[in-house]
Amino acid sequence: MAGIPHDHYEPKTGGEKWLYRRLPIVGLLYDTLMIPTPRNLNWMWIWGIVLVFTLVLQIATGVVLVMHYTPHVDMAFASIEHIMRNVNGGHMIRYFHMNGASLFFVAVYMHIFRGLYYGSYKAPREVTWIIGILMFVLMMGTAFMGYVLPWGQMSFHGTAVITGLFGAIPFVGEAVQTWLLGASAVGQPALNRFFSLHYLLPFILLGLTIVHVWAFHTTGNNNPTGVEVRRTSKEDAQKDTLPFWPYFVIKDLFALALILVVFMIIVGFMPNYLGHPDNYIPANPLATPSHIVPEWYFLPFYAILRAFTADVWVVMFADWITFGIVDAKFFGVLAMFGAIVVMALAPWLDTSSVRSGRYRPMFKWWFALLVVDFIVLMWVGAMPAEGIYPYISLIGSAYWFGYFLVILPLLGVIEKPQPQPATIEDDFNAHYGGSGDGKAAAPTPAE
Amino acid sequence: MLRKLTLTAACVLGLGAPVAAIAAGGEVHVHDFDFPFEGPFGSYDTNQLQRGLQVYTEICSACHGMEYVAFRNLSDEGGPALPEDQMRAYAEQFEVWDPTLFDGEGDFRPATPADKFPGSSLSNAPDLSLMAKARAGFHGPYGTGLSQLFNGMGGPEYIATLLSSYEEEPECAFDSDPIDGYYNTAFANGGLPESCYDEDGHAMVPGSYIAMAQPLYGDDVDYADGHSTEIEHVAQDVAAFLMWTAEPKLVARKQAGLTGVIFLTVLSVLLYLTNKRLWAPYKKKH
Repeated sequence: MAGIPHDHYEPKTGGEKWLYRRLPIVGLLYDTLMIPTPRNLNWMWIWGIVLVFTLVLQIATGVVLVMHYTPHVDMAFASIEHIMRNVNGGHMIRYFHMNGASLFFVAVYMHIFRGLYYGSYKAPREVTWIIGILMFVLMMGTAFMGYVLPWGQMSFHGTAVITGLFGAIPFVGEAVQTWLLGASAVGQPALNRFFSLHYLLPFILLGLTIVHVWAFHTTGNNNPTGVEVRRTSKEDAQKDTLPFWPYFVIKDLFALALILVVFMIIVGFMPNYLGHPDNYIPANPLATPSHIVPEWYFLPFYAILRAFTADVWVVMFADWITFGIVDAKFFGVLAMFGAIVVMALAPWLDTSSVRSGRYRPMFKWWFALLVVDFIVLMWVGAMPAEGIYPYISLIGSAYWFGYFLVILPLLGVIEKPQPQPATIEDDFNAHYGGSGDGKAAAPTPAE
Repeated sequence: MLRKLTLTAACVLGLGAPVAAIAAGGEVHVHDFDFPFEGPFGSYDTNQLQRGLQVYTEICSACHGMEYVAFRNLSDEGGPALPEDQMRAYAEQFEVWDPTLFDGEGDFRPATPADKFPGSSLSNAPDLSLMAKARAGFHGPYGTGLSQLFNGMGGPEYIATLLSSYEEEPECAFDSDPIDGYYNTAFANGGLPESCYDEDGHAMVPGSYIAMAQPLYGDDVDYADGHSTEIEHVAQDVAAFLMWTAEPKLVARKQAGLTGVIFLTVLSVLLYLTNKRLWAPYKKKH
């Protein structure tokens, strides 16, 4: 593996050499697990492991659920109840899977905002970032299709609303919507294909996870200082890093166990808190719920979707300049997807030469505002579109785009960054003291 | 039986949900009853579930069904825990359609423990199996639902409040054309007579009109255990029973949750100590 100089796997016994010449899989695992990792990584660098764990949890519970689930409009709801009532441990497996989606999104949002603050998206890690955003989009698709499967009221009417978004595309919208649903309305063909894709996409996510890890193992991890590991020699690199195993594995597992305590409290004592009661009513095309709200993790983007109504001047202008092709509905759809696209473009929109937000005095405040903005959008996304709420969504959405399209490019020019430490070693020692010489000083290497 | 007939008649008359409301109903307040199954250590009260089953059987089942609940579950430990012979006898009161009988032409036969409760006999009477999870009584503060962290979703509270919140029609109702349904101060999704809205379309009275006729009046049932038959108590009993039908594995789930929390807490402590020791050589302070 390219990148930071470190010791590679050396086959020693005859058997190891025999296998190594034919399939160097042990070497691959060794290099992956022993990868030099900046020793100053803080507690925001644990979410990757949480995400990997959650993906495995979702696949494992999902495979069992599929054994008892029936993707048929007349039987899907009843088969979920069969799982909840008759399958051994079925209620726990289903509640794990249901709330696992929420754990997934908590972790992915923390992971993304960590990347945004510490500049993990900047060169040379753009590919890692883009793959990450792609995985985020796939996750949203998977979560949405999974929510359809119980075929409750929210499943059904949520599907109608979300696929309706594609119907807003000019000229081809209706055809695209019909193609997505496999019919002109939400029904059996939609349920069947969403079931198929809900099973397929997690495995694509698993594949992308490997590519994501491969990419940042090539460039090396970012770290809270944003200063690169020294690559001048193996000795220098060792002063900045420690191997992933055992130092970071144990640290990440500790954080994971703590997070799982909270997860277990939710699954055990309040498993429906994050869900919507209407989804315990079987789907009924004739009765639309009074208040269709997506799951909490979609709310910020749902708020952006609804923010651009026909009376906003930007929308009126877009409508006028395109001769009515881009109407308010289509504008909203573009804004929602655009909100993710601008995130993906962050590596090129951010002009600052300093990577970590820690040394960017002005950036810090704008970033804090972005976090607040995200939470406000999440809250307002759940509110009815009346009274003051549309204005709040509009301001929140405007800031989201403003941050990426205006503030990030401008800050790089006008901001005067603070001095950064010369090396990761300096930063680590400033926090923890000690001479910090990396000469394999560990007297008690953990098993 | 007579009661069942009158109730059925009442249900039929109540057919057709309140017609196109101009706006939804007014503010509703759901009373936060104390149920024994609340909190991390709460579990079902077997006696209460048996009373609730009695209320369901004698009153609710005239119109409503429970097609996801099997009769055998009435004997579940931690649930209503009916002795097996009682449960079998209970099931036999119901007739089910069995397509395998009569040389494949199908016929009715008495239900067995493996069968499920019949579905609703009225098309607009919702199935009650999941009612306690399909309604949220608590939404506050400011619609965030954060209060549910402490009070729960409020499904059973909503049911108990609704069943005991039928009231005389409000004064304002007499100033315009009457609408179908029955005035209930805990029901938010129905309509109100036009004259009960102010100029802005806001309801001036709490609640709205519901299609279901008042099912409970107090002293509707005779409890064998001598428990109070006041309307609030009967409503709570049946609400508790419906919580059980919606979440029969609640007790097992909480036990698994507690085991998991204890196990993971111990694991966290061990990993914390391991991590501390592992990093100690590198994190020595001056």
